[in-house]
Amino acid sequence: MEEIKLSAHNLNLFFGKKQILKNVNIDFIKNQVTSLIGPSGCGKSTLLRTFNRMHDLSPEAKIEGTLKLENLNIYDKKNSVTEIRKRIGMVFQKPNPLPKSIYENLSYALKIHNFPKNEIPQLIEKALKESYLWDEVKDEFKKPAVKLSGGQQQRLCIARTVVLRPEVILMDEPCSALDPISTRKIEDLILILKKDYTIVIVTHNMQQAQRISDKVAFMYLGELIEFNTSENIFKQPQKDLTKNYVNGHFG
Amino acid sequence: MIKKIKYFFNWILLLGSTLLVCLILGVILWDIFSKGRSAVSWDFISQFPTNGMTKGGILPAIVGTLLLTFITTIFAVPFGVACAIYLNEYARPSVLTNIIRASIRNLAGIPSIIYGLFGLALFVQALHLGTSVLSAGLTLGLLSLPYIITTTEEALKRIPNSMREATLALGATQFETIKDVVVPKALPGILTGVILTMSRAAGETAPILFTGVAFYINGISASPNQEFMALPYHLYMLSTQHQAIEQVRPLAYGTASVLILLVFILNIIAFYIRFKHRTQE
Amino acid sequence: MSIKKREHTDWLLKKIFKATGLITIALLAGIFLMLLYNSIAFFADVKPLDFFTGSQWDPESNKSKYGIAPLLVSTGLVTLGAMLIAIPLGIFTAAYLSEFAHPKVKTILKPLIEMLAAIPSVAIGFLGIVLVGPGIAKIFGIANGLNAFNGSVLLAVMALPTIITISEDAINAVPLSHREASLALGANKWQTIFKVTLPAALPGLIAAVMLGLGRALGETMTVLMATGNAAVMPKGFLDAVRTITATIAIEMGEVPYRTTHYFALFAIAVILFIITLIINLLGEYFANRLRKFHA
Repeated sequence: MEEIKLSAHNLNLFFGKKQILKNVNIDFIKNQVTSLIGPSGCGKSTLLRTFNRMHDLSPEAKIEGTLKLENLNIYDKKNSVTEIRKRIGMVFQKPNPLPKSIYENLSYALKIHNFPKNEIPQLIEKALKESYLWDEVKDEFKKPAVKLSGGQQQRLCIARTVVLRPEVILMDEPCSALDPISTRKIEDLILILKKDYTIVIVTHNMQQAQRISDKVAFMYLGELIEFNTSENIFKQPQKDLTKNYVNGHFG
Repeated sequence: MIKKIKYFFNWILLLGSTLLVCLILGVILWDIFSKGRSAVSWDFISQFPTNGMTKGGILPAIVGTLLLTFITTIFAVPFGVACAIYLNEYARPSVLTNIIRASIRNLAGIPSIIYGLFGLALFVQALHLGTSVLSAGLTLGLLSLPYIITTTEEALKRIPNSMREATLALGATQFETIKDVVVPKALPGILTGVILTMSRAAGETAPILFTGVAFYINGISASPNQEFMALPYHLYMLSTQHQAIEQVRPLAYGTASVLILLVFILNIIAFYIRFKHRTQE
Repeated sequence: MSIKKREHTDWLLKKIFKATGLITIALLAGIFLMLLYNSIAFFADVKPLDFFTGSQWDPESNKSKYGIAPLLVSTGLVTLGAMLIAIPLGIFTAAYLSEFAHPKVKTILKPLIEMLAAIPSVAIGFLGIVLVGPGIAKIFGIANGLNAFNGSVLLAVMALPTIITISEDAINAVPLSHREASLALGANKWQTIFKVTLPAALPGLIAAVMLGLGRALGETMTVLMATGNAAVMPKGFLDAVRTITATIAIEMGEVPYRTTHYFALFAIAVILFIITLIINLLGEYFANRLRKFHA
């Protein structure tokens, strides 16, 4: 039986007067990778950022509908946004390491969330190994994180997210700023991580979506057009819009 | 041909204006430093005035100005930075923030002498702090507030949202994000504003006239309850109120040189921090 | 710390930070009310009509007279002169900087202008006594140069950096497309600058002038030192004058606490406060218009 980890029900999102998301209903299954695809401006990144309440930063954003992490209502005022973000991690489009050392980038979240001091080094080592970064940085923990290459920085950002053992990882085009080799490394990593985490990823790259996803959601102009297994979306799309997009006949 | 002459004339007009502005700065600095140079010596900056101010140095005025600037800064910076953080990090645009911003802009435009009156009424009289370096420093602190708020907010605005998202997405609270990422990243910009505020405070005269500055004190005291001497006021007195006005003119030039030098040093430090920080970005 | 505690800290600090924001409103209101409160005591003693229309300011004599007119005229005269000098000079310099100056020249000139802005007003006033004043006396063949003209020259110098910086921003804010359109229509660079760029930047230029004007109106030390301080109605730029700011600076130090004379100084301060407030609001209005225009 597939277990629903994360869901949106009747989700509408407005920026000022402009409606960005239109009545989106979607469920994300535990330990699966779901890709959100669609042309620029279709609302896929916006959708992703609703789940960890990143829109809280923009005063003009207004959200209607129900979003749930298992049975927890994400936008309920009684629930702690801090707690939710601890359980739903996020990796951004451009690597955004903290202006601190490599080690501090990883220890930061553990410290603010009061993990026991003596456990921190092991947790960091584990996260770095999971992110395939351990061998590259183990001798230079004190180096400023910004000195790493782009691909390394992005894997550091993934390690920084997994070190907290979240339940869900949201990824917003994590490879768009990277070279093909780094991209490949991160894709491999995603496939390994899904054993422990539920992953939702926004991508522009059809091949990438095909390589890594269990499910694919195609969005267009703020609406969820089609949501199915990766195989169905790419081999037998039900809607013409989807077909045109996955075949590359799209603006 | 006539058109060409006209264009040339126009060009001369713009270039000439620019050169004139440079010339003004040149004349100011040349006159003060060339005539002040002979007065400025180690003794001048390390000794007390003697013989009814006609001889000796300006040590107490230097110490007074530094102490005053220090009090101004430690008072204005926490308040100003906190207000800028509220406006840029916490507050959503609303009627309240519009009123706050309008107040700040208008506070920046109030003549400094009016701050002097306010300091006199509030600190010297209502709060019974008397005419003292503390009253004067607090008065200058109020005067500096809008400036600190504006420069800090500019520094905070330069921090991209992706930096804030990094820690927020890890479950940091907004305050933790501000404390651990935003302020450390904005620090050079904030520091530039703080140093420029100090430089302005060091040169201000009108707000301290009734709040604690004195023509002469004998002895240096770090106590904030005492009246104090200050470089700009010393220059004012030497150039307008002294009986032997011609005799003390070299001392006035020397005082002006030291004051401008102090202000420029602070400005150069601020430029340097800004320059270094921007090239790093 | 538990998450609850951390979120509580965040909430508490937000309130504290917000309080500092509210303090700025309280400060502005406090300054105005303090001036007003003390002025009311003055108007209990002196009829407002005498204050506004009286042509003499003579609080020290037996029949003390509190007419603000000579102080207002002095302030207006000095400021007018300063603006006549600083506006063309400042806007032309700004135009040169933004339209002609080589980027390298600009990186030298801009810090120079900031240096000019950093020079303390007392040092400018000092130069009015030792340099500009004697120069004026020589040129016009008068006994001493401590007069309105001297003050105007010095205040112009002090207002220049403000006017140049903000005007340059305003000119830079004119979209390139405006200029390109003008050039494409066959206008040359000069016609473009004087007929297109400067008019388009006009609201910003007015804002710059307003801020420079505000600075000149509120300046104390320079006029106190360089304009002769005669509290009589001036007849021209070569007369000694006494501005509102200088009057407060001179008399507040000597006046007995809570006398009519003491309150009178708050009354003239409230007038100055209102004038500068209006100037600032006008400046803000034009700055906003520029923003909307380009948005």
